[in-house]
Amino acid sequence: MNLNEFFHMGGYGFYVWTSYGIALFVLLLNIILPARQHRKLLTDISRKARRAGRKP
Amino acid sequence: MFNNFFHKMASPKYFYRISGKLIPWFAVPCLLLTLAGLYYGLVEAPADYQQGDSYRIMFIHVPAAWMSMFIYVVMAGAGAIGLIWRIKLAEIMAISSAPIGAWFTFLALVTGSIWGKPMWGTWWVWDARLTSELILLFLYLGVIALYSAIDDKRTAARAVAILAIVGVVNIPIIHYSVEWWNTLHQGPTVTKFDKPSIHISMLIPLLLMAFAFKFYYAFVVLMRARCELLERERHTGWARELTEQK
Repeated sequence: MNLNEFFHMGGYGFYVWTSYGIALFVLLLNIILPARQHRKLLTDISRKARRAGRKP
Repeated sequence: MFNNFFHKMASPKYFYRISGKLIPWFAVPCLLLTLAGLYYGLVEAPADYQQGDSYRIMFIHVPAAWMSMFIYVVMAGAGAIGLIWRIKLAEIMAISSAPIGAWFTFLALVTGSIWGKPMWGTWWVWDARLTSELILLFLYLGVIALYSAIDDKRTAARAVAILAIVGVVNIPIIHYSVEWWNTLHQGPTVTKFDKPSIHISMLIPLLLMAFAFKFYYAFVVLMRARCELLERERHTGWARELTEQK
C-alpha cells in the first residue's frame, strides 16, 4: 500500500482523518489540562505557605 | 491486613503518593495499546465490503461510546459509595470522572456524526440511540455544573451523587435503544450473546483501542483526582509539606 492511498482512505479520507484528529485533540487536552492545573496548585500552595511563614 | 490497607488508601496523603506512582503504569500500556490499535485498525484491517474505509471511524467511535457508559457507571458507583460510607476519596473519584466521561460522550457523538454523514447521508437524526447518548452528555454536564454551583464540597458531592445515581436509568436505555426501536443506527455487533458478527481482523483493533481507552481513563482520572484532592486539602499540613520537599 502506498502513502497516497493510505491518506485517501478510499475517498473517505476527510471523514476518517477528521475523526482521528478530533480524538487526538480531545485525548491530549485531557492530559494537558490536569497536568497544568496540578503544577499551578503546587506553586500556589508553596507561595501561600511561604507568605504565611514570613508573617510574625 | 485488608482493613489496614483500606484505611491507608482512604488517607489523602497516602492516596496522593500512591496514585502519583501508579500513573505511568497506566499511561505506558495506554500508549502501546493505542499504537498497536492504530496500526491494526488503519493499516492491517481490510476495507469493509459495504462501507469501504469509512468504517475505520468505528475504532474510535465504539470504544468512546463504551467509555461514555462505563465511566458513568463508575461515577455513579463511586458517588453511591461516597454517599453511604462518607468516604471522601470516593467522592473525589466520582467528581473527577465526570469531565472525562463528558469528553468521551462528546467524542462518541462527534465521530458518530462524521461517520453518519457519508453512510446515512445526514449528520444527525433524532433516533433513540443518538438522543439517549445526547442525554448522557447533558447528565455529565449537569453533574459538573451542580458540583461547581455548591460551595461546600462535601454537600456538593452528595448532591452530585444523587443526580448521578438517578441518571443511571439512561444507561440500559442507550444500550438497548437499537433493539427496542427501529433506527438508522446499526445493532450491536460485538456484545451479542451468540457470535459477534464482526471479522477478527476488525475485532482485534477494536478491542485494542477499547483497552487503550480503559487505561487512558485510569491514569487521567488519577491525575484529576490528585488535583481535586490538593485543592480540597490545600490548607492541611501534608499539602504544605509536599511543596516544601521540592
